[in-house]
Amino acid sequence: MPSYILIATILVLSVIGYYMGRSTALARNGGKVKGLHSLPGYYGYYMALWCAVPALLVAALWLIFENSIIDGLILADLPAGVPADRASLFMTDVRNFSQNGAIAGEVTDALREVSARYVALHDYSGIALAIGALAVGVLGLAFGQARIRASLRARPKVERAMMIALMAASTIAVLTTVGIIMSLLFESAMFFEKVSVTEFLFGLQWSPQTAMRADQVGSTGSFGAVPLFAGTLLITVIAMVVAVPIGLMAAIYMSEYANRKVRAVLKPVLEVLAGIPTVVYGFFAALTVAPFVRMVGQSIGLDVASESALAAGIVMGIMIVPFVSSLSDDVMTAVPQAMRDGSYGLGATKSETIKRVILPAALPGVVGAVMLAISRAIGETMIVVMAAGLSANLTANPFEAVTTVTVQIATLLVGDQEFDSPKTLATFALGLVLFIVTLCLNIVALRIVRKYREQYE
Amino acid sequence: MTDVANKYTVEPFSASVEKRERFNRLLKKRYAAEARFKMWGIAAISVAVVFLVLLLGSIIMQGSSAFVTTRVTLDVHLDPAVIDPQGTKDPKVLAAADYNALLRKSMQTLFPEVEGRGPTRAMMSILSSSAPYAVADFVRENPDQIGQTVKISVLTDDIIDMLRKGYIDRNVPESDRKVDDFQLGIYDKLVSTGAIAAALNTDLLTTGDSREPENAGLWGAVVGSFLTLIVTIGISFPLGVMAAIYLEEFAPKNRWTDMIEVNINNLAAVPSIVFGLLGLAVFLNFFGMPRSAPLVGGLVLALQALPIIIIASRAAIKAVPPSIREAALGMGASPLQTVVHHTLPLSMPGMLTGAILGMAHALGETAPLLMIGMVAFIVDIPSGFTSPATVLPVQIYLWADSPERAFVEKTSAAIMVLLVFLVFMNAAAIYLRKKFERKW
Repeated sequence: MPSYILIATILVLSVIGYYMGRSTALARNGGKVKGLHSLPGYYGYYMALWCAVPALLVAALWLIFENSIIDGLILADLPAGVPADRASLFMTDVRNFSQNGAIAGEVTDALREVSARYVALHDYSGIALAIGALAVGVLGLAFGQARIRASLRARPKVERAMMIALMAASTIAVLTTVGIIMSLLFESAMFFEKVSVTEFLFGLQWSPQTAMRADQVGSTGSFGAVPLFAGTLLITVIAMVVAVPIGLMAAIYMSEYANRKVRAVLKPVLEVLAGIPTVVYGFFAALTVAPFVRMVGQSIGLDVASESALAAGIVMGIMIVPFVSSLSDDVMTAVPQAMRDGSYGLGATKSETIKRVILPAALPGVVGAVMLAISRAIGETMIVVMAAGLSANLTANPFEAVTTVTVQIATLLVGDQEFDSPKTLATFALGLVLFIVTLCLNIVALRIVRKYREQYE
Repeated sequence: MTDVANKYTVEPFSASVEKRERFNRLLKKRYAAEARFKMWGIAAISVAVVFLVLLLGSIIMQGSSAFVTTRVTLDVHLDPAVIDPQGTKDPKVLAAADYNALLRKSMQTLFPEVEGRGPTRAMMSILSSSAPYAVADFVRENPDQIGQTVKISVLTDDIIDMLRKGYIDRNVPESDRKVDDFQLGIYDKLVSTGAIAAALNTDLLTTGDSREPENAGLWGAVVGSFLTLIVTIGISFPLGVMAAIYLEEFAPKNRWTDMIEVNINNLAAVPSIVFGLLGLAVFLNFFGMPRSAPLVGGLVLALQALPIIIIASRAAIKAVPPSIREAALGMGASPLQTVVHHTLPLSMPGMLTGAILGMAHALGETAPLLMIGMVAFIVDIPSGFTSPATVLPVQIYLWADSPERAFVEKTSAAIMVLLVFLVFMNAAAIYLRKKFERKW
């Protein structure tokens, strides 16, 4: 039975439970609503909860552990022909064979046999799950119904269950963060067993292609991530050189100069820039901006690579403009009018007021906005994947192709991969660095922005 | 008295003029600086607007031609000896026939001068490799026409399509051109007989991906996006609303809820590719969920959209005035009843607006989906939440990577489709906001 049919069955069962609960409560109170502790519906919810929650819990736990238990059973009893160190590869073949009926390599008898067992175990597991979960659901119904009486405090009980659900929902964000940190740490730890931390953080050579066979020449793989950090930094700097002046000036114009009508037009236009998917920017950067940059560069006698850091940086900068401008706009409009009036009263012009009064007052907020923008630029993937290139050059020349942390993560992990080679594990180490750097920037920036906002309130 | 008067005597006339002139010069300079500063502001906004216009303009310019394709109409003799020698009309026999031979024959009658394997193959390469299937489809639908000579319109190869649309320059030397002189001659003759014509490209919106640009369509990616978004909204909206209700209405102010708050804000700013790594490590490797599936893609995007929805929902709940809660509580409702019966319905439009914006964001997301294998080349239209699928932005990424010139216009067309969906979602959000906007 597919799991969603099972879940649907459990839900139908609990709807039945709702009506059973209602009618049972009324029946045990002589058919009158008066005298029941709670409204009849709450007895229904009470029973529905007793039916659905345990059954869904059983089903969820079963589905979570099903695969690892079956894999364990298969691995514990491998045929003689399979060496222990190839066990995980063999398991992948078994899984592919039983799902698609074909694998990339040769189909051996051992594989056929194990796959048949694998399929059989999954079938048994599915049947056992269906029977188990439905039995728990029915038992829950019986248990709930047995407890219904007029004096049962159904509403507080149902509400407590709801409250627990609400609390659980609010902790999902924390769980997600924990999940991110755990998965990154776990896989990175496996990477750092193979490659030392110092080599990774300070090595100058990045060529993640590792040898598939022991006798292969020239592809031992080196994992010095400095060229990636440098490339990321270069593109981020270019993006900021584009985004900060344009974003800031746009914000100044919109908050101080533009009248209501102009503002009503301009603000959505800038927001459109923020709403365009990054893959579109990447396509534009690779197909239109990069050739243009190359053409301009060549016409003034510069040697520009077809995938240059400059093209990716410029487009990324434009993408970030609305981000900088809307945050700066917020902080500048938060500067009290009295400060402007004071400045005008002393005879200052508008631009002098902006430069000498408003910007200094809004500076912390603007700095926070810029930091958030930097973190965005560091984490941006699609533009650089499509327009920045793959070669890990350690260069400060914006006309050359560079590669970034996110590009390497995206390109090394696409396609089928073995999860014990340093090549794929390296991406998690890169992800960890990316996460830590952006997290620090975000925390500091959010704190600055928030603190600044409170000042005038 | 005189002392004071002396102190404030007017300066000599000449000095005053000089000072006034200096003052005027300074004032002029200040006004010039003022104008320059304002100009910078206008320039900054213009740069952004010009960029936007260029971006959209180039995509529309490149993409609009993809909605038209090139077809060639041929007189095909549906030879019973080739299609169905026994006259069984069995669909299996009909499907297995060599329709390429029929097409070859009808091309040969048009160009009797072409002889030999090489030239014939070059001539046939003008037709799309899917052309025999078009003939097969015609025969399946009109089995009574077997034996007759009928006009059938088939797709041309993408190179011919590019040639007709003017993307291939006839003036470059033959060796640098995708179409050689021989094919060019055949094409010109077909054009002069009126056999070649532009037609609406219905494949673009009805079929799945293909390695052949002329057959590649978006429908598989649209369905994949739709399934993924259903999972995303199905998980993130209830969870987001519940979390917002708890944090806004019930949560005590303590360390734990403070941590949740900080977490939600940070999660909104975590790079999207990190969510992809999370999905890969947890959903695929740990839970063993299927690769390339809308289910996993939806889960990853749900976690990413969650903070956006929570933040929007909290703002919506905050906007409901306390008097409503107090009235409900005063009538004897429990706190939860107050929320479910009063606060939630009143704040629902705001929550929906937030959810739509979150979905629009998720619809355009690419990077995390690359991590969980949604970049696979998938021809079939996905049939369920666990079948392999791709989504619109990833399809754009895949097509953008393809070397054929014809995929450039396909990519731009796909971007146009994606942008249309985004515009609709944003318009819906704005409409909802306007419709339910109320001042308490």
